[in-house]
Amino acid sequence: MSEEKKEKIKVIDARGSFCPGPLMELIRAIKESEVGDIIEVWSTDQGSQRDIPMWAEKAGHEFLGVIHEQGYDRIRVRKKK
Amino acid sequence: MSDKLAIVVFSGTVDRLLPAAIIASGGVAMGMDVELFLTFWGLNAFRKDSVNSNTRFSKDYEDMAPVMMQIMKNKNVPSWFEMLKKAKEIGNVKVHACAMTYDLLDMKKEDLAEIVDDVIGVGEFINIAKDAKITLFI
Repeated sequence: MSEEKKEKIKVIDARGSFCPGPLMELIRAIKESEVGDIIEVWSTDQGSQRDIPMWAEKAGHEFLGVIHEQGYDRIRVRKKK
Repeated sequence: MSDKLAIVVFSGTVDRLLPAAIIASGGVAMGMDVELFLTFWGLNAFRKDSVNSNTRFSKDYEDMAPVMMQIMKNKNVPSWFEMLKKAKEIGNVKVHACAMTYDLLDMKKEDLAEIVDDVIGVGEFINIAKDAKITLFI
């Protein structure tokens, strides 16, 4: 956990954006990031919870999990390649 | 080589252009090459002067159009054109104009939005689409 705290997390606030908005913003952010970076997408879209893990697996990135907040989710993915 | 998604965009109404743009975005998200073939009303909708102002709806859902447009505006849903531009920025999206419609409507390259890559015949599109995993007509 202490290791993780040191890592830089790039937050993308895609709340209010509908499917496939949050996923598209994540893809754009991943493209602009370095390998190893963590991207955290904030989403109010129900599709993201399923779409993002599936996309991460297919695209070869690491899905780190979802943190549920009141009214939105924080979805984390680590760029692997 | 990436899997391919081919879409014939025949309709020029917002209620069909939007799903075409969303499905194209989904294809890009899943790492597919996306090939759009714009024909008839679909190509007409890509005129530079109307891509951002089109509010046409299919006859079937015409009565719902004002409500739907207002909901989408309130919820900040990007327009079909904005969505397609975004998909093209992120992934490999080719936008082909149908040569037959192009000639029929006396179009010029400068009449069309910049997102349109080229003008091709139906034969060339079929050649592109023949090894696509998914082909849709919208």
